[in-house]
Amino acid sequence: MPCGHKLLLTVMLVAAAGTGLAQSRPYNIGTAASPEEVRAADHVVGPTGKELPTGSGTSKEGAAIFAQRCAGCHGSNGAGGAGGPRLVAASTNGKQGPFTEKSATNYYPHATIAWDYINRAMPANKPGSLSADEVYAVTAFLLFKNGIIQESDSMDAKSLPKVEMPNRNGFVPAVPVWPAPPKPSWY
Amino acid sequence: MGSNRTGRRRFLERGVAMAGLAVGAVRTASSQESAPETREVNPKGPYAYGERSRFVTSGRTNDYPKGVFQGMFGPRQNAPLQDVAGIITPAPLHFVRSHSTLPDTDPQKYRLLIHGLVDRPLDFSLEDLKRLPSESRIHFLECQGNSSPGHHAHRKSDFATVQDLHGGTSCSEWTGVPLSVLFKETGLKKGGTWLVSEGADAGRYTYTLPIAKALDDVMVVYGQNGEALRPDQGYPVRLLVPGWEGPYSVKWLRQIKVVDQPYMAWDEAIQHSISRPDLGDKSRWYHFEMPVKSLITRPSGGQTLPGRGFYEISGLAWSGAGVVRRVEVSTDGGRTWKDAKIQGPVHRKAHTRFTLPWSWDGSEVVLLSRATDERSEVQPSLDELSKRWGFSTKETWETADHAFHFNATQRWRVMGDRSIHDAMWS
Repeated sequence: MPCGHKLLLTVMLVAAAGTGLAQSRPYNIGTAASPEEVRAADHVVGPTGKELPTGSGTSKEGAAIFAQRCAGCHGSNGAGGAGGPRLVAASTNGKQGPFTEKSATNYYPHATIAWDYINRAMPANKPGSLSADEVYAVTAFLLFKNGIIQESDSMDAKSLPKVEMPNRNGFVPAVPVWPAPPKPSWY
Repeated sequence: MGSNRTGRRRFLERGVAMAGLAVGAVRTASSQESAPETREVNPKGPYAYGERSRFVTSGRTNDYPKGVFQGMFGPRQNAPLQDVAGIITPAPLHFVRSHSTLPDTDPQKYRLLIHGLVDRPLDFSLEDLKRLPSESRIHFLECQGNSSPGHHAHRKSDFATVQDLHGGTSCSEWTGVPLSVLFKETGLKKGGTWLVSEGADAGRYTYTLPIAKALDDVMVVYGQNGEALRPDQGYPVRLLVPGWEGPYSVKWLRQIKVVDQPYMAWDEAIQHSISRPDLGDKSRWYHFEMPVKSLITRPSGGQTLPGRGFYEISGLAWSGAGVVRRVEVSTDGGRTWKDAKIQGPVHRKAHTRFTLPWSWDGSEVVLLSRATDERSEVQPSLDELSKRWGFSTKETWETADHAFHFNATQRWRVMGDRSIHDAMWS
């Protein structure tokens, strides 16, 4: 029976350590971050769009902003240009081939990706300089030019995540997972 | 000079004292001096931070053909693998891939914020990170698109050397805090299965990583090869994700947010997705590990052999899966193979040096190597990889700049005129 007791004790200790992980700080190093600081830093937008800020924009508004802030690199119709890749696909049927121009917005599985990237990284010479309204508008412009939404559609925190993207199921594995199922490394 | 003389005098004095002891007459020379000596701390001339000889000129090179617009985007530079001795790449020669500006961060003001699905959102200063338990480990980092088949194509024939073709890999000793240690401080909430890391460059480079990997062997590093990270390697702090595609190892790491799913940042879901004929209409994403690869770095493309006779064939092998178990070398275009000597100690997910003695008889030959890793994965030939990926001709490969993770065996042709050339397709 001592063996059994030992086992029980080990199980209890492991259980205690497991729950303790959430409570105890082994080194007590690092400073508590204030909610304000976290809010200010927390701008990344995931595929559900739950982090999207208030604001809105249409393709029409976006066309003017695109001409001013984006066309210099990406071309007036978003077909690519001086250093900026193509953003509007040559064909708008949504079909993707193995050598597609993956920079085109219709390649994206979620419309939120365009919003997040434009918001933090574009325009490349002054990232972060567009307002939330402007980012919604430019995103709407690219979605319209790629034949995904109507010109009159307004994009905001509610409508953007609901946009049905033509290449939504164009990726393998369908759901990224780690550890990955056993497969040869070249796959 | 002053400090040298002082040091020498101290040494002599100590010698006199010792000699005194030996004969039993205890009398120290220093007891005759009254004021303590001042020390000239900083060496004069180039000695405070050693420079290499003016005769050594090896350096990084650009990873794109002339005329390609780089504009606002950061540098893309390759490491001179042909000149690297051993397994460590000096930090000033480590390859560089950046996606935006080069931040100039004041270490006093640096903070790493960890938030999201954690019990306690915390800020860590650089000093905080250095107080925590550290580890130093040797790991390679490789650009996901390194060895891109497009580089070998004839339309880009100015890519000739092992540096041009494969210089997007490097290997360092990295020092920092395991991410698991930081998560013990913050606590992890249930459902926190992925994390989003973000850099401090202007474009806020962003990448998602599964928590399981983060808790396994991911580090938050501040040291590289015994010194602080270089600015182009992420100073003051970067993420280091061993064995995985380079893009996971976010430089200038500013924040980590624990989340409940992959966040599909443009950098991971779009830019680094992979198209190949065998995938049909689909693209491969979240590819994680880099496959087993090896290269002969010497003799290699662009070099000229001095003449017939003895050479030590030398190269590098690595695998994102763990250790390299075996490297074979062929000096007859792949008809026969010999086991190369692997120089130990062999580190997991690290460059591994191999060598094979060889005597050149002056005739045209093709040299190549192939590695096998701890999972018994064998580096494929171009033919094998072409079959797997559905590339039927050289021309289809030329359009395959997005067929990342290219690890076909590298063939070098030694010509009768002693010159050496890329023979991937011939």
